[in-house]
Formats: sequence, structure tokens, C-alpha cells
Amino acid sequence: MALKIVKGSIDRMFDKNLQDLVRGIRNHKEDEAKYISTCIDEIKQELKQDNIAVKANAVCKLTYLQMLGYDVSWAAFNIVEVMSSSKFTYKRIGYLAASQCFHESTDVIMLTTNQIRKDLSSPNQYDTGVALTGLSCFVTPDLARDLANDIMTLMSHTKPYIRKKAVLIMYKVFLKYPESLRPAFPRLKEKLEDPDPGVQSAAVNVICELARRNPKNYLSLAPLFFKLMTSSTNNWVLIKIIKLFGALTPLEPRLGKKLIEPLTNLIHSTSAMSLLYECVNTVYIDVNTPPLPSLSLSLCLYLSLPPQLCVQKLRILIEDSDQNLKYLGLLAMSKILKTHPKSVQSHKDLILQCLDDKDESIRLRALDLLYGMVSKKNLMEIVKKLMLHVDKAEGTTYRDELLTKIIDICSQSNYQYITNFEWYISILVELTRLEGTRHGHLIASQMLDVAIRVKAIRGFAVAQMATLLDNAHLLTGNMQRMGICEVLYAAAWICGEFSEHLENPMQTLEAMLRPKVATLPGHIQAVYVQNAAKLFATVLKSQEGNTDSTAAQETSQLMIDRLPLFVQSANLEVQERASCILQLVKYIQKLQQKDVEVAEEVSALFAGELNPVAPKAQKKVPVPEGLDLDSWINEPPSESESEDEQPKAIFAKEEPKHSRPRREEVDEKELAKRREARKQEQANNPFYIKASPSSQKVYQEAPGVEHIPVVQIDLSVPLKVPGLPMSDQYVKLEEERRQKERAEKKKKEKKKRKEKRSGRGKKHDSGPESEEDITPAHQVDIVTEEMPEKSSKHKKKKQKKEKEEKEKKKKKKHHHHHHHSDGGGEEAVQNGTVEEEEPLLTSLKNKSSTYQVVVSVIFENKCDSFLKSMEFNVLDSLNSKLQRPEGSGPHDGLTVPFQLPPGVSNEARFVFTVQSIIMPQKLKGTLTFIVKDSSTHEKLDFKLHFTCTSYLITTPCYSDAFAKLLESGDLKCSSVRLEGVNMPFHHLLARICFHHHFSVVERIDSCASMYSRSIQGHHVCLLVKVTVSIDAKCDEPTLLGNVLDEIKQTFSQC
Amino acid sequence: MHFMLLFSRQGKLRLQKWYTATAERDKKKMVRELMQIVLARKPKMCSFLEWRDLKIVYKRYASLYFCCAIEEQDNELITLEVIHRFVELLDKYFGSVCELDIIFNFEKAYFILDEFLMGGEIQDTSKKSVLKAIEQADLLQEFH
Repeated sequence: MALKIVKGSIDRMFDKNLQDLVRGIRNHKEDEAKYISTCIDEIKQELKQDNIAVKANAVCKLTYLQMLGYDVSWAAFNIVEVMSSSKFTYKRIGYLAASQCFHESTDVIMLTTNQIRKDLSSPNQYDTGVALTGLSCFVTPDLARDLANDIMTLMSHTKPYIRKKAVLIMYKVFLKYPESLRPAFPRLKEKLEDPDPGVQSAAVNVICELARRNPKNYLSLAPLFFKLMTSSTNNWVLIKIIKLFGALTPLEPRLGKKLIEPLTNLIHSTSAMSLLYECVNTVYIDVNTPPLPSLSLSLCLYLSLPPQLCVQKLRILIEDSDQNLKYLGLLAMSKILKTHPKSVQSHKDLILQCLDDKDESIRLRALDLLYGMVSKKNLMEIVKKLMLHVDKAEGTTYRDELLTKIIDICSQSNYQYITNFEWYISILVELTRLEGTRHGHLIASQMLDVAIRVKAIRGFAVAQMATLLDNAHLLTGNMQRMGICEVLYAAAWICGEFSEHLENPMQTLEAMLRPKVATLPGHIQAVYVQNAAKLFATVLKSQEGNTDSTAAQETSQLMIDRLPLFVQSANLEVQERASCILQLVKYIQKLQQKDVEVAEEVSALFAGELNPVAPKAQKKVPVPEGLDLDSWINEPPSESESEDEQPKAIFAKEEPKHSRPRREEVDEKELAKRREARKQEQANNPFYIKASPSSQKVYQEAPGVEHIPVVQIDLSVPLKVPGLPMSDQYVKLEEERRQKERAEKKKKEKKKRKEKRSGRGKKHDSGPESEEDITPAHQVDIVTEEMPEKSSKHKKKKQKKEKEEKEKKKKKKHHHHHHHSDGGGEEAVQNGTVEEEEPLLTSLKNKSSTYQVVVSVIFENKCDSFLKSMEFNVLDSLNSKLQRPEGSGPHDGLTVPFQLPPGVSNEARFVFTVQSIIMPQKLKGTLTFIVKDSSTHEKLDFKLHFTCTSYLITTPCYSDAFAKLLESGDLKCSSVRLEGVNMPFHHLLARICFHHHFSVVERIDSCASMYSRSIQGHHVCLLVKVTVSIDAKCDEPTLLGNVLDEIKQTFSQC
Repeated sequence: MHFMLLFSRQGKLRLQKWYTATAERDKKKMVRELMQIVLARKPKMCSFLEWRDLKIVYKRYASLYFCCAIEEQDNELITLEVIHRFVELLDKYFGSVCELDIIFNFEKAYFILDEFLMGGEIQDTSKKSVLKAIEQADLLQEFH
């Protein structure tokens, strides 16, 4: 035995310790993997020995290797051995290794429970400490459950060192084993007032984290925390407390009022930036922004700290030389911008300064802010600044970012902030001079959009585009500038389409037919060819008027000379267009030689104006008279047997009533589908101008691109195209224009004031001009009918929308529900001569807590006799009652207000009041009537079945809202299996949708989530799997159970 | 705090501490990805970045990067403070700490971190008490 120990210690002398291992790894840089594998073999040998010191050393080395990314899970048991050593040195290493390597699925964790419990109760506080630390890393639900009590006792340990660790680890325990929270909470609360500051701050930490998850349970602690906040000077603790209040205040607005003073004091007095940032961020922003939007308003009122104070403080942050503070300041600023845009806008200068920052992430943040800050007043100035930055910017990614931001800023909400479109066009033209941008198509689509929609600008735009075409070589000369040649697409199209505005169409025509054009991508060439033809028509028109027929013939000759180049193009579309136009021109030339005037007819080819079409314009197209979009083209496959049985003639008569409920269902789902389809179609249609840029991307991949020979033009001079405008001049012009306007206004106002001579005149003082004062120089062509969503007349539209929504809601309440007779109107035919079918239509009306259900009963006389004096009566239940006219008894029947000749059907409506909708109801009823010939009273019994399904309303639900709903945890769960159903999955879904008023939220392969809502607002969520099991959640378990039963029944019948 | 990483300018991991349960494979992937992003940033850039749904706060001390991942609502500045505090603690413990100290005494670095942070929360805001705890635990270790 003694020999063994000696042998062990001798062995140890030759063992590598951690330092040796690290050194070894550093010395074997080339064959690290090989070295480590030999080391691991050694470690395996060491682990086999009995000597705990050797084992601990091996485990220590393993921990190091684990960090380097090697798998050491095989040694888990050895780690446990080392953990259970009685010596602190080894125990410490064991726990360290465990905390680094163990995770929830490590199975040896099961073995550690007792060892940990022993260590927790060890007399040595460091043993306990090391166990707690380790446990905090690998605590599992099982460990949490088994050790919760032990840790709870430690929370009142005599040593603060243990207390604080125990308090902190309780948070992890709560997460893994929530049941422990209730018994531990009083003690935790006690720790908030612990004499030791460390324990106290630990308790604050834990409660703050808990409260962030579920604030409402911690409201009662508010006074305590309030006291802590006003007394504590520890910034770490203060930050946590402020965070906690940030979570609590939305639930208890009165708190906000109390907090104003201490918070304002803190904001003013603290020197710690982190605390200041926390105050501003939590109180102002986190609280004021969603997910609590409804509360934020009242909070703004309660926390009536002026936003200016916060913004000012943020300004200090942004002005700081520290990049971090700058970044955070901007970040917070952008959050405030959402709620208080005005107070941020006044700091425009500062944000613009940030664009000069060296740090790209700061510049990008500043750019984001600018987007929300522009107004009619400052747009030109801001864009001018941005243009300067574009010139200076290094790195194409940042420059591209700038470019897209400039365009985003200008074009946002339908060019709302642009007052002068000439300026905007020149900005766009200036942007084309950017080197190496990928966003040529973006610029092009903006050019097209503006030229088409702003009629007044066309003359100017055409002139600009003509110059661009003339100088096309500057754009295409350099391979790096490939992206930008997209602009020529727009230029050619604008020049062609609006050629009447061209000053010198002949020159432009020549420019478009230059041989170099053939080097452009195919789709651009195609536009060139087509628009050359348009120009040709314009030129002819002007030349024929001049009585000089030779000029016109020369133009035709030019076309005939140049077009063959395009006929040879590799691009099919270019070929097609070119050869078509070439033949046309040849024919024209023939006519010209016979002195026939052709100009009129040629320009007739391109007569008519292209109009901008808004994506939703289709909706506005009036439905032609006589076209009933709601009627079925082909009768739908009948879903219920009763309909099948009905004779056709009668069914046809009924149709309008039948189709109505279906129409509504179809409308909502179909509309979404159609919208999607339409978007798709638009995206694929190159002539659809409002389409997304993706349509043009498709072109870029055309084969023409690779074939373009590259000509490098070395230009040392900046690329300034002669004759192109500089956007700067517009800034000046705009200034002047505004000044004029202002002056005029002043004059007018003075006059007014003179007339009025009232003391109120001050209000009109010509201080800073307001948004409304700036009248745009050009009007964007926005036809309100075509652009219902984005029109500048926001307020009016909103009101309208709200109204519409209200109306929709009303409609929903009136929503008709089809009662299928298979579950609905059951009846026993008592008399062989009389057959009646009663498909029931129920409609639901909400009337406070009781709900009205309107049941439409269709009476159909199937016998040969005349029926009269029909009386409808139902035996009321506690829950559902038939509404009878005042004065009649509770058992009186209601007279059906018509008689039925043979073969005729008619409908009568009866109103029921329903109290609870969570259970299905069956009401027994009788119909009495007199058959005219025999004049005897006949009776027909029936049952009225109110299914739970009939209280559900098909309500569309978005997947994110759906996910939120499921996460909320308010819903009870239930599930059901459908046996023996073998139909395609989509049929199954369709059936559930149709019969049970659900809508599909999302469908992923083999499962689909569905949603519906009851008239009392219960949410019903389903997860349907292809294995035909349904997991369901609902806030009303009874309702859910019944709905599921009904679904089951539906499928058991098929 | 979700995790804390220490890595060198060359992209070698020196220390990692995870406060949320993460699968080994994901850990490796995240570490690699983060190292790439952080190492690519220029020295003048600010210490924060948004990454996946976390916020990353990092700071460079000599050749070592200290990198923490925190949640959306957490305070970036206080996290920087945490990093700095940890560096101060290491410095005090090792006496002007350098990367090699942490490489060769990596278990000590972990012990210090564990005394300072627990489950991603600050254990003690006083430097003194943390150091005292470490020293006493070390004494206990020498003793045996």
C-alpha cells in the first residue's frame, strides 16, 4: 500500500501539469491536433489511477482542452469523482470542470445531487461557495427541485458571502423549477433589507429579473424599492431598480407620478453615464414604446418629464468624444423619435455632424435617424449634406447605403417632403455619377416614377435625360460603373415617351442609335430601339411640316442604316423589336419616296398616354353592369345532404340567400390570395411602373452583360457632365422662392392685422415657418382614387378607414352562419303527406352579456295541399330562449307570417337570446299548421341544434399575433385524434375552415395552425397535423372541448 | 448576460463562460462567428453591435478582447463597466495582468470570474470583497 502511494507520487513528478500542457501546445503549433491527441491519451491513463491529485490534474487539463474546442464529455464521471474530493483544491477544479462541461443532458448530473447537498451544508463557506457557483452553471430542473430547500436555508446563512450567492442562484432555480418561487419569495423579499450591501444588491438583481418576466406579481414591492431608490448610492443597484420600475410603471400609472421627482433628480445629478442612460432609456423609451402602446399615452401624461430634458441629455451623450456614448445616444434618440419627433428634429445639426464620424456604425445610426427627421423645410439641406458625404465616402458599401438612404428619404410617403422636383431630378442625375454603385436600377425607377407622375417636370426631365443619353459614354465607359448604366434605361424611355418636350429630338435620336449602344445590356438596348422609333415619329412630324421632304427621308435613311446593328443582337427582344421597326421604317421610306405624308400615321403608332397605375387601382375599376361577382359560375359541390335532395328549381330560387354567407368567407380569404397573385403579376410585368425593382434585376442576368467589351477611360478630372445641373442651385432657388412667399405672406398678414387690429396678432408672427407654409413648386400627380393608401391627405383617409373598419365590424356581427342541416334542423316527419326541410340560418347579435341569435327557418311545402295558420314554438331552456312579443306567455307559439301553397318555400326569422355560448344547445320545438283541404291541425316536431361552432366567427389572424397569443399562456390546452380519416390534408383543412369557421394562420408541410374567435371573443387556436391529430388551445376549456367534439363529429360522418 | 468570451487578437479563445444553456455545437458556431465580426472592427469603432437578437458589448485590452452578450433591455454601459471591473480584478490578482497569465492560470481566471459574476449577474459590486474571497479560498487551497 505504502509502495503504491510512493509510486503514485513518483508518477506525478513525470506527469504534465496544466502549465506543461499549455506550453506544449504552444510549442507544437504545426501539429497541434496530433500533440493534443497524445495528451488526451496520457490524460486517459492518468484518470485510471487512484490518486485523486493525478485525477484532478487530468481534469484540469481537460477543462483547458474543452475550451479549445475538444470533446471531453467522456470524462464526465471522472469530473464527478474530482468534485467529490474532500480537499478544497481538487473540489474547486472538479466544480470548475463541471460548470464548463456539464449541460442539462449530461446524465451523470443525476449522481451529483447528494454530493452537492453535502457541499452546500459544509462548515467551510468556500466549499459551499464553490458548490453554489458550479450549480449556477449546470442546474437542471431535477437538481433545482431536489436542492431548492437546501438553497433556501442558505439564504439566511450567517455569512453574507453565502447569502448573496444563495440569493443569486435562486433566480436560476426559479427558472428551472418555478414552483419554488412561492415558498422562497418571503425570504427573498427579506433580503432586500439585508444589512450587507452585496446581499441586498443580489436580491435587487433577482427580483428585477423576475419582475421583467412577470411584473404584476411584484407591484406590492414598489414602496420598498422606492425607498431603496431614494436611499441607495450604488449605481449598479440603482440601474436595476430603475429597470424594475420601468417594468412596473405600465401596470400602475400612479407610480409614474411618484417617480418623476427622484428620476429628474437622478438625471440632473448623476455623473455616471450608465445611470443617466438607463434613466433616459428605460423611463422614456422602453416604457413608452410597444409592447405597451395603449398604456404609453397615459404614461406620457403621468411621467410628464419633458422629452426635451431627455433629448438634451442625449445630446450630451452624442456630443461626447466617446464613441460608445455617441452610439448609444443616437440609438436612444431614434427610439424617442418615434414618440416625440418634434423634439428630436431640433437637433438636426448634431445628427448631421455624426455623419462625419469615423465609425461606420455611428454613421449608419445617424442615417437611420435622418430618415425620420426630414421635413419639407429641411429636406434640401439634409440631402445636400448627404450628397457631400457621398462624394467623400470611402468604401462602396457605405456609399451605396448613403445612396439608398437619400432616395428613401426623398421618396418617402409619396414624395411628401419634396417641394421642387427639378431639384430631385438633378439629385438623381448627380447620383448617376457615383462610381461603382449597385443601385442603378433604383435611380432609374425613381426617374421613371417622377417623370411619369409629375407632369410639370417632364420638360425638365426630358432635357436632363437627353443630356444623359448624349453623354452615355461617361456612364458606361468603366467596367466598375456597370450598375449605373441601368439609368440609361430610364433615360431612353423618358426621352422616347415624352419626346414632344425634346428641344433637339434629332440629336437625341442619333445618340440613341450610336454603335456603342450595342455594348449595353440587352434589356436596355431593347428600350433604346423601341424609343428610337418613338423619337423617329416625333422627328418626322416636325420635318414634314417644313416642306423639305429630303430631311425626313434622311431621317428614315439614318434609321435604316443603324437598325441592322440591333437586328444582329444576341438578345432576342432587341432582335425582335429592331427587325420589326426596321421593316416599318423601310415601308415608310417607300411611302416618302412617293411623296405621301406619313408623319401623322407614324405618330399614331405611339399615340395615347401611359398612366401611372397604383398597385391597388384594380379595386377601383367599376364592376360592369349585370356582372354579379358574387354568384357562382358553376354551382359549388354541395356540402350538405339536404341541399342535394332539394329539387333544382327551388334551389336556384334560394341561391342568393345561400351564397351570401359563403361570399363573406370567400371574400376575406380570396382577397388576400388575389392580392398576392396580383403583386406577383405586377412584379413580373416590366411595363408595370410601380413594380418593385426586382423586375429589373431579372434583366441584369440577361446574357448580354458578359459580352460587353470593357473600355477603360482614365479620367483624372471629376466626372462632371457638361450642361448637367447642379442640385445646389436649387437649394438657393428654393430659399429665394420661400423668401418671396414669406414676404408676400407677411404683406398679407400685415394687411390683415391692420384690418383686424386685435391684440391677437402676435400669434401670426413671422417666426419660423411651419410645415404648411411651404407650398410645393410641383405637384405630384396623385389621383386620390388610385392611391388610396399613401395619399398626402392622410387625416381624412384615416377617418374614412376607421369608419370602414367600424362598418366591417358591424357586418361581422351580422355575419350569417350557415347551420348545416346534418347537425341543425332535425325533424321527425310525422305525417306522410307533409315534408318540410329547414336549413337554418343563424345570425348573431351581441347585446351586452346575452347574445341574440337570429335563426332563419325556411319552410318548404313538399306536399300537394295548401298549408296555413302555421305556428312555430320552441321549448325554452335556461340558457336559450325564443323571443316572444310582449304580452305573450313563455309557452306561446309564434305565428308564421305567411301561408304556403304547394311546392313553395318561404323564410321566417326567429330571434333567440343566448346566455352562455360555451355549450351546444338542443331545443325541442313544434310547428303546428292546418292543411287547407282537410282543415285539421297537424303537428311537426323538430329539434333546433345550436352548435358551438355556430358561435365562432371566421377571423383572420396573422402568424405573429398568433404566436403571441399562444405564448401568452392564458390558453388552456386540449387535443383530439381523428380516427379513420383519410383525405388529402388540404381537404381536411378546408373542411375545418368551412364547417367550423376557422381560418388557416400558417401551414408548414405536415401541420397547419388555425384560428377562430367566438362572438364573445374567445380565442380558439388549432394545430392540425397530417397524422390527423388536433392540438387545440382556447381560453375557455368547455367551449374548446365542445368545438373539438363537433369537429370530430364532422369527420366521423365522412 | 448570456455569455462572456475572452479571445486574442489572433482569434484564439482564452476563456468562455456561458450563463444560458447552449448546445456545444451552437457554442462553437457562435464563438467563431462573433470572433470574426469583432476582430474585423476597427479600433476607433464603438464597442456595441447588434447580433442576432442579442447585443454584443466588447472591449479590447492590449491583445485580448473581452466580449459579452446581453439582452435587448440590458444596459450596454454597465456591461462595459462589468468588463472593466473584471479586468481590474485580474490585474489586482495577478499584478499587471497579461495574456500569458490568463493562458497559464486559466483556472484562476475562472475562479475570479465566478466570484465576480454568478449566473450572469454581478455578485458583488465591491472589488475588495471579491478579492478577499479569492485570496481566502486560495489560502485554503495552499493549506491542504
